Amino acid sequence: MVRLPQAPLPLMLALLLAAAGASLVIGKVWLPPVVLFDGLAAPKPNLAWLIVTELRIPRTVLALMVGATLGLGGAVLQGLLRNPLAEPGLLGVSGGAALGAVVAIYFGLATRFALATPLLGIAGALAAGALTFLFGRSGTLTLILAGSAVSGLAAAGLALALNFAPSPYAAYEITTWLLGSVAEREWSQIALCTPFILAGWLCLAATPRGLDALTLGEAQAESLGVNLNMLRALALAGVALSVGAATAMAGAIGFVGLVAPHLVRPFVGYRPSRILLPSAVFGALLLLVTDIAIRVIPTSSELKLGVLTSLIGTPFFFWLVLRLRRLSP
Amino acid sequence: MTVLHAENVSYDIAGRSLVSNIDLACESGQFVALLGANGAGKSTLIRMLSGLQRPSRGEVRLDVRPIRAIDRRELARRRAYIPQNARVEWPVAVERLVALGLMPQIPVFGDLDKAAWRKVEAALALCGLSHKTGQPATTLSGGELARAMLARALVGEPEIVIADEPLSGLDPKHAMDGVARLAALARSGRLIIASIHDLTLAARYATHVAIMRSGRLLAYGPTASTLTSSRICAAFDVDACVQGSGAQAIVDFIARPDTSALHPGLAPA
Repeated sequence: MVRLPQAPLPLMLALLLAAAGASLVIGKVWLPPVVLFDGLAAPKPNLAWLIVTELRIPRTVLALMVGATLGLGGAVLQGLLRNPLAEPGLLGVSGGAALGAVVAIYFGLATRFALATPLLGIAGALAAGALTFLFGRSGTLTLILAGSAVSGLAAAGLALALNFAPSPYAAYEITTWLLGSVAEREWSQIALCTPFILAGWLCLAATPRGLDALTLGEAQAESLGVNLNMLRALALAGVALSVGAATAMAGAIGFVGLVAPHLVRPFVGYRPSRILLPSAVFGALLLLVTDIAIRVIPTSSELKLGVLTSLIGTPFFFWLVLRLRRLSP
Repeated sequence: MTVLHAENVSYDIAGRSLVSNIDLACESGQFVALLGANGAGKSTLIRMLSGLQRPSRGEVRLDVRPIRAIDRRELARRRAYIPQNARVEWPVAVERLVALGLMPQIPVFGDLDKAAWRKVEAALALCGLSHKTGQPATTLSGGELARAMLARALVGEPEIVIADEPLSGLDPKHAMDGVARLAALARSGRLIIASIHDLTLAARYATHVAIMRSGRLLAYGPTASTLTSSRICAAFDVDACVQGSGAQAIVDFIARPDTSALHPGLAPA
């Protein structure tokens, strides 16, 4: 039997470690390893130690968690829907999370209570996921349609919030938040969203068998003993929990969930079950490297993470179109 | 001995009746060809017989147990189902596609062991696809893909194989190959149920035919005595003649002069 090349998972993990190390070093204040270790050894608190533990590590951890979530969510949804354009935002949960977070900013809750933004974001994601499930649980196509309806509803809510923003400053704050960032997040916020992200990952980790069976289409997957309703519910719950919590923390970050599964797919022989882990690792790597890049790229005001992922992602989208055009007559 | 029994099953959707009161019992060793015009309800009946569709009324039983009450994975081990125009969604290697048929056999976590790969190789060889190992399944021709789907269905050694138009879109050689393969499986003691449009192939290879019209079962029985020109006429609205029997049987259609005539309004003046 011919075995297709295995995913270069060890290589990606090594790169991920290297990127995580670089992420601690690189920033407005460069902390070369020597300074870093001196800071860790010196009596605390000192500047290097504060920068690393209060800024760099939370930022790195968040980039890794959000990137992995987007990569995993994209891989599961592309497998479930058997559509290369599926991405984690498709089911409306990103929109719901964004709307929840924006409501927190709009009513000024965010300034009074730091956990208001992620809390309302997660609530928004769960509400959006429940709404999608309520209308779309009967089939895959209805699930996509219900997801776009919920996304539309959330977009309308966001537009409404911008329209009636109490002050130009609030409108500015809302737009900047929507651009997406993992900077300046507190440990308490990360601690709040972590259980939701982990619970989402658990749901998504239960899907690979069903996704493999779907290689043969829904009818044959069902005949092989796959409970399609259960599979759809698991995927939706997993995406709502993990992507919802990630969006509530970091704002709308596009394209990572779309790109990551595509790039790892050829290395695993296109088997949907084998894409999940490499896609998550690659998503984490991609987002972390992008986040390091925005710290290095000299711009007058800070370049937002979501902006750069979209800028990098769009050419990829064109490449995808070209490739599909070549493959189909 | 496996008995698959549809007890007076009906299926209604949106006030329309697709299948009404069909009673059909099949057992191991039979190759049942399901015949009928487009829209006669063959696919619906096949989905109910496979346990994928709950009948609106009536019950399908597999060895007296209601088929919908059997554990999904146990049922998946015992019967294989091949839908009409089965497609493959990702360019997985052919042997991986076939190996998906072993999913009900292998534990939830874990990959295929040596014994499982031997089964895959045997199924590929049985369907004449050994040379396609390693090739992406999306690049197979129509005939090869149909054979790969059959190999996928057979790899788990099910007692029952149910296929919805397994010969559609195949050229004469591949269609004959396919139907002969199904007949050989029936001879080896499996129950084969397949909807077939090529009546000559059905007459030659099927042990039994079930003829449907508008959701009802017109006739069911051994091929030689059941597949008659009057029944074909009733099921398909064409005149037909059945010549010979067994391996020499030929079913041919004769156009009716009045049906081919143009509507008076469309006739040239």
